[in-house]
Amino acid sequence: MKRAQTVGLYTLAIVLAAWTLFPIYLITLGAFSTQDAIYTYPLQLWPHHVSQHTLGFFIHSAGTLPSLQRSVYVLLLTMAIALPVGLPAAYALARFNFHGAHTLRLSVVGTRAFPIIILAIPLAASFIRWWIDDSILAVSLLHAALALPFVVLTCASIFSGVSVELEEAAMTLGCTRLTAFARVILPLALPGLAASAIFVVIISWNEVFAAATVTLLHPTLPAHIVAVLNQATLPYRFAGGFFLLVPPVVMLFFIRRFLFGMWGQVIK
Amino acid sequence: MDAAVATRPSVVRRLRRWEGLPYWLILPTVLYLALFVVWPMIQAFELSVRVGGQWTTSPFHQMYSDIRFGQSIRFTLIFIAIIVPIQFALALAMALIANSRIRFRTVFLFIFIMPLGVSDLAAGLVWSSVFTQHGYLNTILQGVGLRDTPYIWINPQHQTQLVLEVIAAEVWRSTALITVILIAGLQGIPKEYGEAAEVFGAGFFSRLWTVTLPMLKPAIQVALLLRVVFAFEVFATVLAITGQGTSTLALQAWQWQTSYLNPHVAAAYASLILVLSLTAAGVIMLLLRTKKEQLIR
Repeated sequence: MKRAQTVGLYTLAIVLAAWTLFPIYLITLGAFSTQDAIYTYPLQLWPHHVSQHTLGFFIHSAGTLPSLQRSVYVLLLTMAIALPVGLPAAYALARFNFHGAHTLRLSVVGTRAFPIIILAIPLAASFIRWWIDDSILAVSLLHAALALPFVVLTCASIFSGVSVELEEAAMTLGCTRLTAFARVILPLALPGLAASAIFVVIISWNEVFAAATVTLLHPTLPAHIVAVLNQATLPYRFAGGFFLLVPPVVMLFFIRRFLFGMWGQVIK
Repeated sequence: MDAAVATRPSVVRRLRRWEGLPYWLILPTVLYLALFVVWPMIQAFELSVRVGGQWTTSPFHQMYSDIRFGQSIRFTLIFIAIIVPIQFALALAMALIANSRIRFRTVFLFIFIMPLGVSDLAAGLVWSSVFTQHGYLNTILQGVGLRDTPYIWINPQHQTQLVLEVIAAEVWRSTALITVILIAGLQGIPKEYGEAAEVFGAGFFSRLWTVTLPMLKPAIQVALLLRVVFAFEVFATVLAITGQGTSTLALQAWQWQTSYLNPHVAAAYASLILVLSLTAAGVIMLLLRTKKEQLIR
């Protein structure tokens, strides 16, 4: 009985893992095939002829490199907005028992549940009025609104993980709250904060709707791909899918430990 | 007492300042969310009912008479009805595996949550390589001898089939989020409860039903809420897999905004999405309400 259960558990685990990995295998295979191989049906299910030409074709297609550069600027600017705005609130939620803390936690989660569509469409009009439409700043402001709830909640969970006693000890030994934070809390919280910054990068790199709505001539990479999707050839789609997918999955690997703390905060 | 405090105004002022500190700390976040989340929402409603300074319902009439409006609503309803049970079953299985004493537990765990880093556009492109006429699915079906000629999976004549294909991609991509939330929930359940039930002779499934699932209720509530709300946002997956073969509310909002250059109808769609999301969230909170005395914490 026990043995049958174990075999069942491993079988289920392997089937579910295969379901997750197989599509990634297929797009990787496609991205590293020659263009001729992609146009030959039936497709190869095994790597025969590994080639970088399809990826090269995608990267050198008109618009890819400039939009890639914009995507990088957008994610840096999103970080520069979301982290300074969100960190103090995260610290407050972790350290103080203040009136309205629960409401703040709830409304922060709530804003994440609001569709980005409801923000992007009216803000597209506002951005025109503010003379920043179709710009890196416009996209970043939207992405920061999307990332802020994550920053506040993950960092709150990270600050809660650093013991209050250390902070109090530092303050007894002559630190003010600010220097205790800078010299004791910040170094200990740094790996977690870096993880949260990486999560902001993933959110921004992956965001499509807002970027596609508020940009026209200066799109980010996903917005550019959406704009040319109708005329996109098969090699372009294979290589584009692979290119969009790999960086965030690699980054996720480095921050995997921190994901659960954040959702622990949400379901409290 | 009062007199004593009054003689040391600096202490009082300092105490007051410390009481106010958390509010100063949360101020930037509150302001940012007010400016870039709350204010746009109000503006979206205004855009949808005011055209050229006149109050009107015409954007909503235009939305309602849009040929793709019914298609979008149908898509969303079928999508939610099918994807919710599939994803919760899969996510629960993944979460229980990741929480069991299986070998290579952390490897499985990372594989299960990998798609959390995949955007809807990337997932759409991956699955369009599967469903395209000369793509991987037909290659495999032909390889195992199930078909001689490629089957046309992306066919606007078969709307339900298109919805199912988008569901496959979304199950693949977004089950990871539900898994992560359920694992976070499982980690909050003391192991003793399950062990106690085991001592009294409860098998795996009766433990799951009477101990684990009730204790997971808050996590399930959050996951269900996010799943349903995100169902109204499905966008790039549909665009990448079906082209313009079918439509969703988000896709229509984007079309009206960027192609037909009519922000009022786009705002009407956005308002509808918001109202539907809020209604769905309210219903879920009501249905899965956990009474205070049921919470063992």
